[in-house]
Amino acid sequence: MVQSLEKGSILQNESSSIVYNTQQLNLWYGNHHALKNIDLQIKENEVTAIIGPSGCGKSTYIKTLNRMVELVPTVKTSGQILYRERNIFDADYGVEELRTKVGMVFQKPNPFPKSIYDNIAYGPRIHGIKNKKILDEIVEKSLRGAAIWDEVKDRLNTNAYSLSGGQQQRICIARCLAIEPDVILMDEPTSALDPISTLKVEELIQELKQDYSIIIVTHNMQQAARISDRTAFFLNGEVVEFDDTDVIFSTPEDKRTEDYISGRFG
Amino acid sequence: MKYVNHKSVIKRMNNRLIINRVFKTIFFIATLFALVTLGILFYRIITQGVGYLTPEFFQNFGSRFPAKAGIKAALVGSIWLMCVVAPVSLILGVGSAIYLEEYAKKNKLNDFIRMNISNLAGVPSVVFGLLGLTIFVRTLALGNSILAAGLTMSLLILPVIIVGAQEAIRSVPQDVREASYGMGATKWQTITKVVLPSAIPGILTGAILALSRAVGETAPLVVIGVPVIIQFLPENLLSQFTALPMQIYDWAKRPQQEFQYVASAGILVLMMFLLIMNSIAIFIRNKFQKRY
Repeated sequence: MVQSLEKGSILQNESSSIVYNTQQLNLWYGNHHALKNIDLQIKENEVTAIIGPSGCGKSTYIKTLNRMVELVPTVKTSGQILYRERNIFDADYGVEELRTKVGMVFQKPNPFPKSIYDNIAYGPRIHGIKNKKILDEIVEKSLRGAAIWDEVKDRLNTNAYSLSGGQQQRICIARCLAIEPDVILMDEPTSALDPISTLKVEELIQELKQDYSIIIVTHNMQQAARISDRTAFFLNGEVVEFDDTDVIFSTPEDKRTEDYISGRFG
Repeated sequence: MKYVNHKSVIKRMNNRLIINRVFKTIFFIATLFALVTLGILFYRIITQGVGYLTPEFFQNFGSRFPAKAGIKAALVGSIWLMCVVAPVSLILGVGSAIYLEEYAKKNKLNDFIRMNISNLAGVPSVVFGLLGLTIFVRTLALGNSILAAGLTMSLLILPVIIVGAQEAIRSVPQDVREASYGMGATKWQTITKVVLPSAIPGILTGAILALSRAVGETAPLVVIGVPVIIQFLPENLLSQFTALPMQIYDWAKRPQQEFQYVASAGILVLMMFLLIMNSIAIFIRNKFQKRY
């Protein structure tokens, strides 16, 4: 905890590269205190992994970053999350605007029951792009960005449901890229995928970080170690430790982090 | 020590298999009973009515003489009636369902409303007839017009449409809604572009059943005072009219034997009417399903 606060003060000096600055965030589901005094700074063009055992609040945290958590009716929050130095809980900050800049990829692949093309074009269309030529270009660029263009370019009009689970998830990533976000949130994006598809998605994340800031929740510690630059360890709604991934996985400060990483619990 | 005594299991096996077979037979007989009854009914109606299904039957208005009696006014009246019932009940019903499922907060008042909509579906049609008589025919002074009857019928089938549409909307998985919200779509965009396209086949299935009920329903029309013998076609929504079930009801209660046959012919027309309506709805449903 001390470690992460120190880190925070160092990071604040270079605030231009901070995408998300979470300050004293608390969140309750009804009476259940799910997130406790979270302080986290997330940097630009990095992959930030959030690890922790089930029920530690890591999914809740990532869903708070684009305010998807508010779909649960009993949610209450306090504290603030600054996205590019603007508090996302401000009354005049519309969730629609926030979510246009912060895309999300979900745990289970959730393409729409529409054609591959319509899935990718969905985001641009809802934001008012009607020009067919521009849409075509966005679809191709997004599918290339998600490394699935070659697999689907000949069947853009087939139903996205006809693809395999791994392909569906990359379609979902492409759909997210189509709104040209700044940050991509990924909530256990590979937990429903087989090892080969997982590998493809992981490679993709490595490529995407050139252009996007990525925050990924994962159950899989090897995955966090493989793909992330920095790792936050959550336990019982608190951030136990937040540091460079190398440090977390080699010389963690906190005993609980070490226990979790070495597989003693969780 | 073993808890499962395989010898006694095998001894009892025969009994279990017999009971299995007995129940299979009982259920088969139950199905057969319904099918046979329906078959006999069909047979009787077709043999009695088919002789009266002449081109003149469709061109003549009602008459005191069975040979001259026709179904023109009732058939056209039923079509007019559906032109009121279908849009009114679909717009109100689907609208309510969207509100209840997508917008309304989960609180006690809304739970109460949800529960009572299901209860409304069980209210006898005569009661809806009385409601229509009081509100539309008398208070709003619409008389026994197509509009008054159509609005009454809409009220009658509204609960069925709402419940059906609610279930269809609820069956759209939450994660595709999340995908849509996650890209910055508004609630309305999510409803029109994601929820409704997936829910439309289900909504239409409920609507088919409800509209079929409205075509065949007689009691509310009797209560409203829809006339039976009409010698003209309706000109607008405020015209008087008669409908297929009213006409059949009137013929069937007449003493002359020939009118029973005319009634059978009327029933055949009503059934064809229902069949055409259902086919159109199924066609629309399949068209929507093919999109994905």
